[in-house]
Amino acid sequence: MLTVTDLTAGYGPVRALDGVSFTAERGQVTAVLGANGAGKTTLLRTISGLHRAERGSVDLDGERLDRVAADRMPARGLAHVPEGRGVITELTVEENLRLGALGRTGRLDPADLERVYGLFPVLADRRAATAHVLSGGERQMLVVGRALMARPTTLLLDEPSLGLAPRIVAQIFELLRGLVESESLTVLLVEQNARSALSIAHHGVVLNLGRVVADDDADALAADDQLRHAYLGF
Amino acid sequence: MQQLLNTALGGLTLGMVYAAFALALVLIWRSTRVVNFAQAPMAMVTTFIALVIVDAGHSYWLAFAAALASGLVLGAVVERVVIRPVEGGPEINAVILTLGLFIVLHALAAVVFGNRYRSFPAPFGVRGIEVGGTTIALTGFGIFTILAVLATMGLLLLLFQRTDIGLRMRASAFNPEVARLLGVRVGRMLTLGWALASLVGSLAGLLIAGGSLVHPGYMDSVVVYGFVAAVLGGLDSPFGAVVGGLLLGLALSFVSGYVGSQLVALAALVILMLVLVLRPGGLFAQTAARRV
Ligand SMILES: Nc1ncnc2c1ncn2[C@@H]1O[C@H](COP(=O)(O)OP(=O)(O)OP(=O)(O)O)[C@@H](O)[C@H]1O
Ligand SMILES: [Mg+2]
Repeated sequence: MLTVTDLTAGYGPVRALDGVSFTAERGQVTAVLGANGAGKTTLLRTISGLHRAERGSVDLDGERLDRVAADRMPARGLAHVPEGRGVITELTVEENLRLGALGRTGRLDPADLERVYGLFPVLADRRAATAHVLSGGERQMLVVGRALMARPTTLLLDEPSLGLAPRIVAQIFELLRGLVESESLTVLLVEQNARSALSIAHHGVVLNLGRVVADDDADALAADDQLRHAYLGF
Repeated sequence: MQQLLNTALGGLTLGMVYAAFALALVLIWRSTRVVNFAQAPMAMVTTFIALVIVDAGHSYWLAFAAALASGLVLGAVVERVVIRPVEGGPEINAVILTLGLFIVLHALAAVVFGNRYRSFPAPFGVRGIEVGGTTIALTGFGIFTILAVLATMGLLLLLFQRTDIGLRMRASAFNPEVARLLGVRVGRMLTLGWALASLVGSLAGLLIAGGSLVHPGYMDSVVVYGFVAAVLGGLDSPFGAVVGGLLLGLALSFVSGYVGSQLVALAALVILMLVLVLRPGGLFAQTAARRV
């Protein structure tokens, strides 16, 4: 369970997060929705220690996370798949995956590699290729697979659907949903694409200008016409 | 024919040293986007440390090992003390600091070791070996130079391509933020990168000094040739640096042997300009021009 309390952060005079509080339950997908500039990326970056909070706290399964350095997060069970270019394109597919495994314990368990190749057979076919040659969808599979290599309990995903064909998005979301159930992961899923995010999420939090404007079950959010028109754009 | 062979052999030996020095520059450039001009005086200082040890009556090999070890330490210290504080700011700040360090190390060396030429020993002969009655321009020390550089490169290649720490170092160089999210201690990897680069620079310093004279400024021209070699190779590619060093060594050796030794520096400059104009990404660039 990931609990965020009164989290406040910004960039100089810009307040990107203003007293954000919510809880993401274990074994559930919690969608974080909102328009461009709502503060979604800043929220994930602050949770994972890439950005410094001015105020507030983050708590993962009873342990404070908000003074933990970003490079210690994998050891705490937290994996953050960043927005956009998360693949290290100069490394091979397998090197990217190996790197994912090193973060938690410092060693690679070959079984983890085989498991990820089992989930994403495309990656197995191209294991020796430079990640540079992968398509957008394959890259997204690689970053998700790489995050799983660290056997996280909590996964932060920043717009995994960005630039992908709907079919690929559906495929990745379905896989996520399956993993959440089989491994009881805590997933925080940031999305512009509110409709498809809510279709797999259990719960949703809507941000606007750095504040939480709605926090409810995914079904309830999707059914709220006023909210949908005002903040979710569908 | 004999002259051709000798010029090529001389170029090969020299090229190996340039390759090592270019490699040292590239290792730092690709992880921190800094051209480390202080690489020359850093190597000079470690060579003087070796000289002090030799002068105290110890063996060449002890001095050799001590110089490489002090190169490792010096590189780490420079990264931590000089470069780290300006990390995250404009890269030009770090480059200016390396220029400042260049001057400081020069001055310190002149005070501590003296400002005159001193001869530096070589562990192997520095006379040409005889093959079938004629002496060729390959010396025992030249062979040692080539082998030492090749061995160092082989070890670095193994480290980078075959070990977890090498993978972490490459990840830190290519994408520090993602590396950090994956649990890599990026700061430590940068320190290690500077330390290794400085070690390679020290090796080049020792090889140039062997059987010759050292002086606080004796490495200064090498940083220029090393930089030209690194640019030839594309500045980002360790492999390119090595090939660039060899090509430059050969080219300059031929200029020196067939045109005139006083034109060597000019020739290096011409080569640099030609590469920057014709192939700004280096000889092996596959992508468009580098953004510097
Ligand atoms: N590096 C930065 N420097 C200054 N302001 C920033 C920076 N990054 C984000 N901001 C500002 O902070 C606010 C929140 O940005 P953030 O990237 O968190 O939004 P987002 O919800 O992820 O948007 P998007 O959906 O477009 O990715 C915006 O007003 C943005 O302009
Ligand atoms: Mg964003």
